[in-house]
Amino acid sequence: MSDVEEKKVVTELFGDLNKKKKKKSKKESTGEEDEEKASTPVEGEDFEFKKKKKKKSKSSAADAFDEQLEAAGINEVAEEGSAEEKSDNASDNTDLTYSDLLSRFFGILRENNPELAGDRGTKYKIPPPVVTRDGSKKSLFANVKEISERMKRPSEHVIQYLFAELGTSGSIDGASRLIIKGRFQPKQIENVLRSYIMEYVACPTCKSANTLLQKENRLYFLVCQACGSTRTVSSIKTGFQAHVGRRKKVAA
Amino acid sequence: MSASLENIKTFDPFADALDSEAQTVNYVHIRIQQRNGRKTLTTVQGLPAEYDLKRILKVLKKDFGCNGHIAKDEEMGEVIQLQGDQRVKVSEFLVSALQIQKKTIKIHGF
Repeated sequence: MSDVEEKKVVTELFGDLNKKKKKKSKKESTGEEDEEKASTPVEGEDFEFKKKKKKKSKSSAADAFDEQLEAAGINEVAEEGSAEEKSDNASDNTDLTYSDLLSRFFGILRENNPELAGDRGTKYKIPPPVVTRDGSKKSLFANVKEISERMKRPSEHVIQYLFAELGTSGSIDGASRLIIKGRFQPKQIENVLRSYIMEYVACPTCKSANTLLQKENRLYFLVCQACGSTRTVSSIKTGFQAHVGRRKKVAA
Repeated sequence: MSASLENIKTFDPFADALDSEAQTVNYVHIRIQQRNGRKTLTTVQGLPAEYDLKRILKVLKKDFGCNGHIAKDEEMGEVIQLQGDQRVKVSEFLVSALQIQKKTIKIHGF
């Protein structure tokens, strides 16, 4: 008789422990989520390359696979916890929807190893372009070299793209700064750089920015270092240029 | 593992590839060029030949309240030129009135 009672007490104790554990972990996770929510919108000064902010649930197939592979250890821990909960009170578990569990999983994942958490796009940052006016009709783009080095692209290629998109011309001065004809704001240059990254840096297959630009038989190829895909990218075309300013006299 | 299989099902790797092949044929390029001061020029290049550029230009000029003309170029063919930054409006017009797919329109410039 007494044995049975003891057992009961023990199980109750354990049950209490488990419950406490569960509650604690839940609280922690929610708190962290809140923190993250608060921190995510406030990003640094550096503008980052992102197509459109993907929600956690919409991670691409590759990402999900990677997470599953590499977060196996964390998964196991999480499963242990959930198993204990199940034995505790199975009725509680039915309330947990898929999205709840998913957000909880991502909360844990972010906490333990944030680099696996699927928003790799946010990690790609380049320094903001420094654009100042050079006289009344020219702009000075001071950190072209730095930016193109960060993107692992030859600065000539970046400059060629800038000129084609902006429909102007320019030159490089002694300190490897770019002089662009026309008035441009840093914001405008930033937009052009963004589209450059979309076209010539981001891998079209896996959206990784860890890519190289190779030239073979007059064709440019984008070789992704992350997923190994190779894609052709169109060469830079200037397109139609209208006459601006005074008309030149046509030579007879 | 089952989750990753689901993902594979929903993602069609060839959808993207087919699109890009179709796109390379004829893009409509909308560009902007700076003029003196804060004035700009919008050029629309590569409209399909079945459209009558003159009539399009007439409508565009009236809709946007700007002037414009058709420039003939040896390489690029006929190009619509409009005064001012009309890039967004032009692309909206091309999509709604001419049933040009938004994918085939490329807006250049800042």
